[in-house]
Amino acid sequence: MTLTELANPTRFLALTAKLLPWLAAASAILLAIGLYQSATAPDDYQQGATVKIMFIHVPNAWLSMFVWGVMSVAALGTLVWRHPLADVAAKSAAPIGAAFTFLALVTGSLWGRPMWGTYWEWDARLTSVLILFLMYLGLMALWRAVEDPSRAARAAAVLTLVGAINIPVIKFSVDWWNTLHQPASVLRMDGSTLDRAFLIPLLVMALAFTLLFVTLLLAAMRNEILRRRVRTARILEAGRAAA
Amino acid sequence: MTALAALVRRDIRMALRVGGGALIGVLFFLSVVVLMPFAVGPDLKLLARLGPAILWLGALLASLLTLDRLFMADHEDGSLDLIVMSRSPLELACAAKALAHWIAAGLPLIVATPVLGLLLDLDLLSTSAVALTLLAGTPALTFTGMIGAALAVTLQRGGLLLAVLVLPLSIPVLIFGVAASEAAISGPRTFGAPFLILCALSLISFVIGPFAAAASLRQGLD
Repeated sequence: MTLTELANPTRFLALTAKLLPWLAAASAILLAIGLYQSATAPDDYQQGATVKIMFIHVPNAWLSMFVWGVMSVAALGTLVWRHPLADVAAKSAAPIGAAFTFLALVTGSLWGRPMWGTYWEWDARLTSVLILFLMYLGLMALWRAVEDPSRAARAAAVLTLVGAINIPVIKFSVDWWNTLHQPASVLRMDGSTLDRAFLIPLLVMALAFTLLFVTLLLAAMRNEILRRRVRTARILEAGRAAA
Repeated sequence: MTALAALVRRDIRMALRVGGGALIGVLFFLSVVVLMPFAVGPDLKLLARLGPAILWLGALLASLLTLDRLFMADHEDGSLDLIVMSRSPLELACAAKALAHWIAAGLPLIVATPVLGLLLDLDLLSTSAVALTLLAGTPALTFTGMIGAALAVTLQRGGLLLAVLVLPLSIPVLIFGVAASEAAISGPRTFGAPFLILCALSLISFVIGPFAAAASLRQGLD
Protein backbone atom coordinates (compact mmCIF):
# COMPACT_ATOMS: atom_id res chain seq x y z
CA MET A 1 0.00 0.00 0.00
CA THR A 2 1.75 3.17 -1.13
CA LEU A 3 0.83 6.82 -0.80
CA THR A 4 -0.28 7.00 -4.41
CA GLU A 5 -2.72 4.13 -3.93
CA LEU A 6 -4.11 5.98 -0.91
CA ALA A 7 -4.82 8.97 -3.14
CA ASN A 8 -8.13 7.38 -4.04
CA PRO A 9 -10.52 8.70 -1.38
CA THR A 10 -12.74 5.63 -1.57
CA ARG A 11 -9.80 3.33 -0.88
CA PHE A 12 -8.72 5.65 1.93
CA LEU A 13 -12.18 5.51 3.46
CA ALA A 14 -12.26 1.72 3.29
CA LEU A 15 -8.82 1.36 4.85
CA THR A 16 -9.42 3.84 7.66
CA ALA A 17 -12.78 2.25 8.44
CA LYS A 18 -10.84 -0.94 9.27
CA LEU A 19 -7.99 0.88 11.05
CA LEU A 20 -9.90 3.34 13.18
CA PRO A 21 -11.40 1.00 15.82
CA TRP A 22 -7.98 -0.54 16.48
CA LEU A 23 -6.31 2.86 16.72
CA ALA A 24 -9.03 4.19 18.99
CA ALA A 25 -8.79 1.14 21.25
CA ALA A 26 -4.99 1.33 21.37
CA SER A 27 -4.99 5.02 22.29
CA ALA A 28 -7.71 4.47 24.92
CA ILE A 29 -5.73 1.61 26.54
CA LEU A 30 -2.45 3.52 26.44
CA LEU A 31 -4.15 6.61 27.84
CA ALA A 32 -5.62 4.54 30.68
CA ILE A 33 -2.21 3.03 31.49
CA GLY A 34 -0.53 6.40 31.29
CA LEU A 35 -3.13 8.09 33.49
CA TYR A 36 -2.87 5.30 36.07
CA GLN A 37 0.92 5.51 36.10
CA SER A 38 0.85 9.30 36.41
CA ALA A 39 -1.67 9.12 39.24
CA THR A 40 0.48 6.65 41.14
CA ALA A 41 3.76 8.43 40.37
CA PRO A 42 5.47 9.79 43.50
CA ASP A 43 5.10 13.47 44.43
CA ASP A 44 7.96 15.76 43.62
CA TYR A 45 9.95 16.85 46.67
CA GLN A 46 9.66 20.48 45.65
CA GLN A 47 6.45 20.76 43.65
CA GLY A 48 4.33 18.21 45.52
CA ALA A 49 1.34 16.75 43.71
CA THR A 50 1.23 19.56 41.15
CA VAL A 51 4.01 17.84 39.23
CA LYS A 52 1.33 15.50 37.90
CA ILE A 53 0.09 18.30 35.66
CA MET A 54 3.29 17.66 33.73
CA PHE A 55 1.98 14.32 32.45
CA ILE A 56 -0.84 16.13 30.65
CA HIS A 57 0.97 19.36 29.91
CA VAL A 58 4.13 18.08 28.26
CA PRO A 59 2.44 15.72 25.74
CA ASN A 60 0.08 18.56 24.77
CA ALA A 61 2.95 20.97 24.28
CA TRP A 62 4.89 18.38 22.33
CA LEU A 63 1.94 17.67 20.04
CA SER A 64 1.28 21.37 19.49
CA MET A 65 4.56 21.50 17.58
CA PHE A 66 4.32 18.00 16.11
CA VAL A 67 0.97 18.81 14.49
CA TRP A 68 2.46 21.85 12.73
CA GLY A 69 5.17 19.51 11.43
CA VAL A 70 2.53 17.12 10.11
CA MET A 71 0.72 20.04 8.48
CA SER A 72 3.98 21.21 6.86
CA VAL A 73 4.48 17.76 5.31
CA ALA A 74 0.87 17.86 4.13
CA ALA A 75 1.49 21.36 2.70
CA LEU A 76 4.44 20.02 0.72
CA GLY A 77 2.12 17.24 -0.44
CA THR A 78 -0.36 19.84 -1.66
CA LEU A 79 2.11 22.15 -3.39
CA VAL A 80 4.71 19.71 -4.72
CA TRP A 81 3.06 16.33 -5.25
CA ARG A 82 -0.54 17.58 -5.52
CA HIS A 83 -1.65 14.63 -3.43
CA PRO A 84 -5.45 14.89 -3.28
CA LEU A 85 -5.62 13.87 0.38
CA ALA A 86 -2.85 16.23 1.53
CA ASP A 87 -5.07 19.27 1.82
CA VAL A 88 -7.74 17.19 3.54
CA ALA A 89 -5.11 16.16 6.10
CA ALA A 90 -3.86 19.74 6.52
CA LYS A 91 -7.35 21.11 6.98
CA SER A 92 -8.34 18.42 9.48
CA ALA A 93 -5.10 18.74 11.46
CA ALA A 94 -5.39 22.49 12.09
CA PRO A 95 -8.25 22.47 14.64
CA ILE A 96 -6.76 19.43 16.40
CA GLY A 97 -3.40 21.18 16.66
CA ALA A 98 -5.08 24.32 17.92
CA ALA A 99 -6.88 22.24 20.57
CA PHE A 100 -3.62 20.65 21.75
CA THR A 101 -1.95 24.07 21.87
CA PHE A 102 -4.87 25.51 23.82
CA LEU A 103 -4.72 22.62 26.30
CA ALA A 104 -0.97 23.12 26.67
CA LEU A 105 -1.60 26.79 27.49
CA VAL A 106 -4.42 26.02 29.94
CA THR A 107 -2.56 23.26 31.78
CA GLY A 108 0.55 25.42 31.77
CA SER A 109 -1.24 28.32 33.41
CA LEU A 110 -2.94 25.97 35.90
CA TRP A 111 0.52 24.65 36.73
CA GLY A 112 1.91 28.16 36.91
CA ARG A 113 -0.63 29.29 39.50
CA PRO A 114 0.74 27.17 42.41
CA MET A 115 4.36 27.31 41.18
CA TRP A 116 4.83 30.91 40.14
CA GLY A 117 1.87 32.44 42.00
CA THR A 118 0.25 33.67 38.81
CA TYR A 119 -1.81 32.21 35.99
CA TRP A 120 0.10 34.05 33.34
CA GLU A 121 3.76 34.89 33.23
CA TRP A 122 5.40 36.38 30.11
CA ASP A 123 7.79 33.47 30.20
CA ALA A 124 9.55 32.65 26.93
CA ARG A 125 7.96 29.23 26.50
CA LEU A 126 4.45 30.38 27.35
CA THR A 127 4.75 33.36 25.04
CA SER A 128 5.98 31.39 22.07
CA VAL A 129 3.26 28.75 22.56
CA LEU A 130 0.71 31.59 22.68
CA ILE A 131 2.03 32.91 19.37
CA LEU A 132 1.82 29.38 17.94
CA PHE A 133 -1.81 29.28 19.07
CA LEU A 134 -2.46 32.60 17.30
CA MET A 135 -0.93 31.17 14.14
CA TYR A 136 -3.17 28.09 14.33
CA LEU A 137 -6.19 30.36 14.69
CA GLY A 138 -5.04 32.49 11.74
CA LEU A 139 -4.67 29.36 9.62
CA MET A 140 -8.17 28.19 10.59
CA ALA A 141 -9.51 31.65 9.77
CA LEU A 142 -7.87 31.34 6.34
CA TRP A 143 -9.53 27.95 5.76
CA ARG A 144 -12.88 29.42 6.73
CA ALA A 145 -12.49 32.61 4.67
CA VAL A 146 -12.59 30.89 1.29
CA GLU A 147 -15.41 28.80 -0.08
CA ASP A 148 -13.50 26.84 -2.71
CA PRO A 149 -11.56 24.11 -0.83
CA SER A 150 -8.75 23.66 -3.36
CA ARG A 151 -8.05 27.39 -3.56
CA ALA A 152 -8.02 27.66 0.24
CA ALA A 153 -5.77 24.59 0.39
CA ARG A 154 -3.00 26.16 -1.71
CA ALA A 155 -3.09 29.44 0.22
CA ALA A 156 -3.06 27.58 3.54
CA ALA A 157 -0.18 25.40 2.34
CA VAL A 158 1.97 28.45 1.53
CA LEU A 159 1.14 29.96 4.90
CA THR A 160 1.88 26.70 6.74
CA LEU A 161 5.33 26.43 5.17
CA VAL A 162 6.12 30.09 5.88
CA GLY A 163 5.01 29.46 9.45
CA ALA A 164 7.23 26.38 9.69
CA ILE A 165 10.24 28.47 8.67
CA ASN A 166 9.24 31.29 10.99
CA ILE A 167 8.40 29.32 14.13
CA PRO A 168 12.07 28.72 15.10
CA VAL A 169 12.85 32.39 14.42
CA ILE A 170 9.94 33.48 16.60
CA LYS A 171 10.99 31.04 19.33
CA PHE A 172 14.55 32.39 19.26
CA SER A 173 13.49 36.03 19.35
CA VAL A 174 11.03 35.46 22.18
CA ASP A 175 13.84 33.79 24.16
CA TRP A 176 16.00 36.86 23.54
CA TRP A 177 13.19 39.26 24.47
CA ASN A 178 12.50 37.29 27.63
CA THR A 179 16.09 37.33 28.89
CA LEU A 180 16.12 41.05 28.14
CA HIS A 181 13.08 41.77 30.26
CA GLN A 182 13.36 39.25 33.09
CA PRO A 183 16.92 38.30 33.91
CA ALA A 184 15.98 35.67 36.52
CA SER A 185 13.57 33.08 35.24
CA VAL A 186 11.33 31.39 37.77
CA LEU A 187 11.51 27.94 36.42
CA ARG A 188 14.37 26.12 34.80
CA MET A 189 13.35 22.87 33.22
CA ASP A 190 16.80 22.00 31.95
CA GLY A 191 18.32 22.15 35.43
CA SER A 192 17.31 18.68 36.46
CA THR A 193 17.15 15.45 34.58
CA LEU A 194 13.90 13.62 34.99
CA ASP A 195 13.78 10.63 37.31
CA ARG A 196 12.71 7.30 35.84
CA ALA A 197 9.58 7.34 38.00
CA PHE A 198 8.47 10.42 36.07
CA LEU A 199 10.02 9.63 32.72
CA ILE A 200 8.19 6.34 32.01
CA PRO A 201 4.65 7.65 32.62
CA LEU A 202 5.54 10.75 30.62
CA LEU A 203 6.69 8.68 27.64
CA VAL A 204 3.57 6.48 27.85
CA MET A 205 1.40 9.58 27.91
CA ALA A 206 3.28 11.11 24.98
CA LEU A 207 2.76 7.93 22.96
CA ALA A 208 -0.91 7.81 23.96
CA PHE A 209 -1.46 11.43 22.93
CA THR A 210 0.29 10.84 19.59
CA LEU A 211 -1.95 7.83 18.92
CA LEU A 212 -4.93 9.92 19.94
CA PHE A 213 -3.87 12.57 17.44
CA VAL A 214 -3.56 10.00 14.64
CA THR A 215 -7.00 8.60 15.50
CA LEU A 216 -8.62 12.03 15.61
CA LEU A 217 -6.85 13.09 12.41
CA LEU A 218 -8.02 10.04 10.45
CA ALA A 219 -11.57 10.45 11.76
CA ALA A 220 -11.58 14.15 10.89
CA MET A 221 -10.20 13.38 7.42
CA ARG A 222 -13.02 10.88 6.84
CA ASN A 223 -15.53 13.52 7.89
CA GLU A 224 -13.94 16.10 5.60
CA ILE A 225 -14.02 13.74 2.61
CA LEU A 226 -17.67 12.94 3.26
CA ARG A 227 -18.44 16.63 3.75
CA ARG A 228 -16.87 17.44 0.38
CA ARG A 229 -18.88 14.66 -1.27
CA VAL A 230 -22.06 16.09 0.19
CA ARG A 231 -21.05 19.54 -1.06
CA THR A 232 -20.38 18.24 -4.58
CA ALA A 233 -23.65 16.28 -4.58
CA ARG A 234 -25.55 19.39 -3.50
CA ILE A 235 -23.96 21.51 -6.23
CA LEU A 236 -24.82 18.84 -8.82
CA GLU A 237 -28.36 18.64 -7.45
CA ALA A 238 -28.75 22.42 -7.66
CA GLY A 239 -27.40 22.39 -11.22
CA ARG A 240 -29.86 19.64 -12.20
CA ALA A 241 -32.75 21.52 -10.61
CA ALA A 242 -31.83 24.68 -12.48
CA ALA A 243 -31.52 22.88 -15.82
CA MET B 1 16.72 43.96 -15.53
CA THR B 2 15.28 46.96 -17.38
CA ALA B 3 11.83 45.41 -17.10
CA LEU B 4 12.21 45.15 -13.33
CA ALA B 5 13.54 48.70 -13.04
CA ALA B 6 10.58 49.88 -15.08
CA LEU B 7 8.27 47.98 -12.75
CA VAL B 8 9.84 49.66 -9.71
CA ARG B 9 9.56 53.10 -11.31
CA ARG B 10 5.96 52.52 -12.37
CA ASP B 11 4.92 51.33 -8.91
CA ILE B 12 6.54 54.26 -7.13
CA ARG B 13 5.00 56.74 -9.55
CA MET B 14 1.53 55.23 -9.19
CA ALA B 15 1.80 55.08 -5.41
CA LEU B 16 2.65 58.77 -5.19
CA ARG B 17 -0.03 59.96 -7.60
CA VAL B 18 -3.70 60.54 -6.93
CA GLY B 19 -5.35 57.26 -5.95
CA GLY B 20 -2.07 55.68 -4.92
CA GLY B 21 -2.46 56.17 -1.23
CA ALA B 22 1.13 55.54 -0.14
CA LEU B 23 1.29 58.71 1.92
CA ILE B 24 -1.83 57.75 3.85
CA GLY B 25 0.48 55.41 5.75
CA VAL B 26 2.42 58.37 7.14
CA LEU B 27 -0.81 60.06 8.13
CA PHE B 28 -1.89 56.89 9.92
CA PHE B 29 1.51 56.68 11.64
CA LEU B 30 1.08 60.26 12.85
CA SER B 31 -2.45 59.56 14.10
CA VAL B 32 -1.38 56.45 16.05
CA VAL B 33 1.46 58.34 17.74
CA VAL B 34 -0.81 61.27 18.54
CA LEU B 35 -3.37 58.89 20.05
CA MET B 36 -0.84 57.43 22.48
CA PRO B 37 -0.65 60.39 24.91
CA PHE B 38 -4.45 60.28 25.20
CA ALA B 39 -4.21 56.65 26.28
CA VAL B 40 -1.22 56.80 28.65
CA GLY B 41 -1.41 60.43 29.76
CA PRO B 42 0.61 63.52 28.82
CA ASP B 43 3.55 62.66 31.12
CA LEU B 44 6.60 63.39 28.95
CA LYS B 45 8.92 61.17 31.00
CA LEU B 46 6.69 58.16 30.53
CA LEU B 47 6.22 58.96 26.85
CA ALA B 48 9.98 59.23 26.36
CA ARG B 49 10.44 55.84 28.02
CA LEU B 50 7.75 54.27 25.85
CA GLY B 51 8.87 56.26 22.79
CA PRO B 52 10.74 53.60 20.82
CA ALA B 53 7.97 51.07 21.44
CA ILE B 54 5.27 53.54 20.35
CA LEU B 55 7.15 54.50 17.20
CA TRP B 56 7.80 50.87 16.32
CA LEU B 57 4.19 49.83 16.89
CA GLY B 58 2.97 52.77 14.82
CA ALA B 59 5.34 51.96 11.98
CA LEU B 60 4.39 48.26 12.13
CA LEU B 61 0.66 48.99 11.91
CA ALA B 62 1.13 51.65 9.24
CA SER B 63 3.19 49.39 7.00
CA LEU B 64 0.73 46.54 7.58
CA LEU B 65 -2.31 48.61 6.61
CA THR B 66 -0.83 49.82 3.34
CA LEU B 67 0.10 46.27 2.35
CA ASP B 68 -3.20 45.11 0.90
CA ARG B 69 -2.78 47.62 -1.94
CA LEU B 70 0.47 45.88 -2.96
CA PHE B 71 -1.16 43.43 -5.37
CA MET B 72 -4.83 44.37 -5.16
CA ALA B 73 -4.75 47.39 -7.49
CA ASP B 74 -2.77 45.45 -10.10
CA HIS B 75 -5.16 42.55 -9.81
CA GLU B 76 -8.17 44.79 -10.36
CA ASP B 77 -6.91 46.35 -13.59
CA GLY B 78 -5.40 43.11 -14.89
CA SER B 79 -1.75 44.12 -14.90
CA LEU B 80 -0.97 41.46 -12.30
CA ASP B 81 -1.82 38.78 -14.88
CA LEU B 82 0.62 40.44 -17.31
CA ILE B 83 3.33 40.42 -14.62
CA VAL B 84 2.68 36.73 -13.89
CA MET B 85 2.89 35.87 -17.60
CA SER B 86 5.90 38.05 -18.39
CA ARG B 87 9.31 36.60 -19.16
CA SER B 88 11.10 37.94 -16.09
CA PRO B 89 10.82 35.53 -13.14
CA LEU B 90 7.82 36.14 -10.93
CA GLU B 91 10.00 35.98 -7.80
CA LEU B 92 12.06 38.95 -9.03
CA ALA B 93 8.94 40.82 -10.09
CA CYS B 94 7.51 40.33 -6.58
CA ALA B 95 10.77 41.55 -5.06
CA ALA B 96 10.67 44.62 -7.35
CA LYS B 97 7.09 45.38 -6.34
CA ALA B 98 7.95 45.03 -2.66
CA LEU B 99 10.99 47.28 -3.09
CA ALA B 100 8.86 49.93 -4.79
CA HIS B 101 6.25 49.61 -2.06
CA TRP B 102 8.90 50.03 0.61
CA ILE B 103 10.33 53.13 -1.10
CA ALA B 104 6.88 54.68 -1.50
CA ALA B 105 5.31 53.66 1.80
CA GLY B 106 8.14 52.62 4.12
CA LEU B 107 10.71 55.38 3.61
CA PRO B 108 8.23 58.21 4.37
CA LEU B 109 7.61 56.56 7.76
CA ILE B 110 11.33 56.77 8.55
CA VAL B 111 11.50 60.38 7.34
CA ALA B 112 8.57 61.21 9.62
CA THR B 113 10.19 59.57 12.66
CA PRO B 114 12.25 62.61 13.82
CA VAL B 115 9.14 64.81 13.86
CA LEU B 116 7.17 62.23 15.81
CA GLY B 117 10.16 61.75 18.13
CA LEU B 118 9.85 65.42 19.09
CA LEU B 119 6.24 64.84 20.14
CA LEU B 120 7.40 62.00 22.40
CA ASP B 121 10.27 64.00 23.93
CA LEU B 122 12.99 61.77 22.48
CA ASP B 123 16.43 63.39 22.19
CA LEU B 124 18.52 63.38 19.04
CA LEU B 125 20.38 60.18 19.87
CA SER B 126 17.20 58.23 20.65
CA THR B 127 15.41 59.50 17.57
CA SER B 128 18.28 58.61 15.28
CA ALA B 129 18.56 55.17 16.92
CA VAL B 130 14.86 54.50 16.29
CA ALA B 131 15.10 55.83 12.73
CA LEU B 132 18.13 53.62 12.06
CA THR B 133 16.41 50.50 13.41
CA LEU B 134 13.31 51.34 11.36
CA LEU B 135 15.51 51.69 8.29
CA ALA B 136 16.93 48.23 8.94
CA GLY B 137 13.68 46.61 10.05
CA THR B 138 10.84 47.94 7.88
CA PRO B 139 12.08 46.08 4.75
CA ALA B 140 11.50 42.86 6.70
CA LEU B 141 7.95 44.00 7.48
CA THR B 142 7.26 44.77 3.83
CA PHE B 143 8.80 41.58 2.48
CA THR B 144 7.10 39.22 4.94
CA GLY B 145 3.89 41.18 4.68
CA MET B 146 4.03 40.68 0.92
CA ILE B 147 3.29 36.98 1.53
CA GLY B 148 0.07 37.98 3.26
CA ALA B 149 -0.75 40.44 0.48
CA ALA B 150 -0.27 37.73 -2.15
CA LEU B 151 -2.52 35.33 -0.22
CA ALA B 152 -5.10 38.07 0.22
CA VAL B 153 -5.23 38.87 -3.48
CA THR B 154 -5.61 35.24 -4.54
CA LEU B 155 -8.41 34.79 -2.02
CA GLN B 156 -10.11 38.11 -2.79
CA ARG B 157 -10.01 38.89 0.92
CA GLY B 158 -8.03 41.64 2.53
CA GLY B 159 -8.08 43.73 5.63
CA LEU B 160 -8.39 41.90 8.91
CA LEU B 161 -7.51 38.44 7.59
CA LEU B 162 -4.24 39.77 6.22
CA ALA B 163 -3.44 41.45 9.52
CA VAL B 164 -4.19 38.29 11.50
CA LEU B 165 -1.94 36.22 9.25
CA VAL B 166 0.98 38.64 9.08
CA LEU B 167 1.13 40.00 12.63
CA PRO B 168 2.54 36.83 14.29
CA LEU B 169 5.24 36.67 11.62
CA SER B 170 6.34 40.23 12.38
CA ILE B 171 6.90 39.63 16.10
CA PRO B 172 10.67 38.94 15.72
CA VAL B 173 11.17 42.23 13.86
CA LEU B 174 9.31 44.12 16.56
CA ILE B 175 11.31 42.45 19.34
CA PHE B 176 14.72 43.18 17.84
CA GLY B 177 13.76 46.64 16.56
CA VAL B 178 12.67 47.80 19.99
CA ALA B 179 15.55 45.95 21.70
CA ALA B 180 18.14 47.67 19.49
CA SER B 181 16.64 51.14 19.95
CA GLU B 182 16.38 50.72 23.70
CA ALA B 183 19.90 49.38 23.88
CA ALA B 184 21.13 52.50 22.10
CA ILE B 185 19.15 54.80 24.40
CA SER B 186 19.49 53.37 27.88
CA GLY B 187 20.23 49.69 28.03
CA PRO B 188 23.30 48.05 29.45
CA ARG B 189 23.39 45.84 26.39
CA THR B 190 25.20 46.76 23.23
CA PHE B 191 23.37 48.17 20.24
CA GLY B 192 25.26 45.93 17.81
CA ALA B 193 23.88 42.46 18.49
CA PRO B 194 20.13 43.11 18.20
CA PHE B 195 20.73 45.53 15.32
CA LEU B 196 22.68 42.92 13.38
CA ILE B 197 19.98 40.33 14.03
CA LEU B 198 17.43 42.86 12.76
CA CYS B 199 19.47 43.24 9.56
CA ALA B 200 19.63 39.43 9.32
CA LEU B 201 15.85 39.20 9.63
CA SER B 202 15.52 41.67 6.76
CA LEU B 203 17.94 39.67 4.64
CA ILE B 204 16.08 36.41 5.36
CA SER B 205 12.81 38.05 4.42
CA PHE B 206 14.32 39.16 1.08
CA VAL B 207 14.70 35.46 0.27
CA ILE B 208 11.55 33.97 1.78
CA GLY B 209 9.11 36.76 0.92
CA PRO B 210 9.42 36.85 -2.88
CA PHE B 211 9.47 33.05 -3.19
CA ALA B 212 6.43 32.50 -0.99
CA ALA B 213 4.52 35.38 -2.59
CA ALA B 214 5.34 34.15 -6.10
CA ALA B 215 4.33 30.60 -5.13
CA SER B 216 1.00 31.73 -3.79
CA LEU B 217 0.35 33.98 -6.84
CA ARG B 218 1.18 31.13 -9.23
CA GLN B 219 -0.99 28.65 -7.34
CA GLY B 220 -3.83 30.98 -6.58
CA LEU B 221 -4.48 33.03 -9.73
CA ASP B 222 -6.37 31.29 -12.46
